[in-house]
Amino acid sequence: MIENIIVVLLITGSTLILISAIGILRMPDTFLRMSASSKASTLGFSLFILGAIFFFGDFGITFRLLATIIIIFITAPIAANLIGKAAYKSGSKLWHKSKTDELKDTDID
Amino acid sequence: MRYSLIILFFTSLWVILTSDFSYQNFILGILLSFLITLYTGSLFTQKIYFNKLHKILFLLLFFIWELIIANLRVAFEILKPRMTFTPGIVEIPLDVEKDIHITLLANMITLTPGTLTLYIADDKKSLFVHTMYLDDRNKFISEIKNGFEKKILEAL
Repeated sequence: MIENIIVVLLITGSTLILISAIGILRMPDTFLRMSASSKASTLGFSLFILGAIFFFGDFGITFRLLATIIIIFITAPIAANLIGKAAYKSGSKLWHKSKTDELKDTDID
Repeated sequence: MRYSLIILFFTSLWVILTSDFSYQNFILGILLSFLITLYTGSLFTQKIYFNKLHKILFLLLFFIWELIIANLRVAFEILKPRMTFTPGIVEIPLDVEKDIHITLLANMITLTPGTLTLYIADDKKSLFVHTMYLDDRNKFISEIKNGFEKKILEAL
């Protein structure tokens, strides 16, 4: 029973990571690529770690893995924010079908 | 008083994380927590009211729900042979004022696939968000404001 849960969690997680890898290849501009890759860093990793929690079933390890999820969720968006800002500032072009760019008139420091 | 609580919290975190319940490890935990609190204690000045715990829990569940929905939506969009979405960068005016609220809101927007916080205005009055689905600008803004922002304001 518990093995089935582990298998489902790991396969769903790795499918999501695979889809986001395809997304990185297919998406037309930097920001869309980052949107696609944020799937791997959120739900994909969380499902993987949940699978590991069920696999070990140990109190200390469970606590450490939950802490890992929390730390990923705190740090990953900060990195994404800085990468996005740097990409925009260094003149990365938006996709030609983009509707608006309200950041155009703002000075980014 | 508050610092001793922080030290206690860090010490118990250390003991549980290392899962070593000997008294030597406990003393090491206290020493480490004391050092950490010495350097970062001034960061823990904002009060968190725990009588709103059910609101915080509700925010967490809402966030996980949004995360799953957005994940499936973006996954579907990636696998579709033709790319039909309309991306764009939108300026969202902020009602939240405290730094912790803004950080939380910006992080939640980034963690949800399809949307990405690019920049916070210097006066902290607005947030620049890149989104994959910009069908209607006002609808997108009100979705963020009535969703994450309202629930963050209620919870913290």
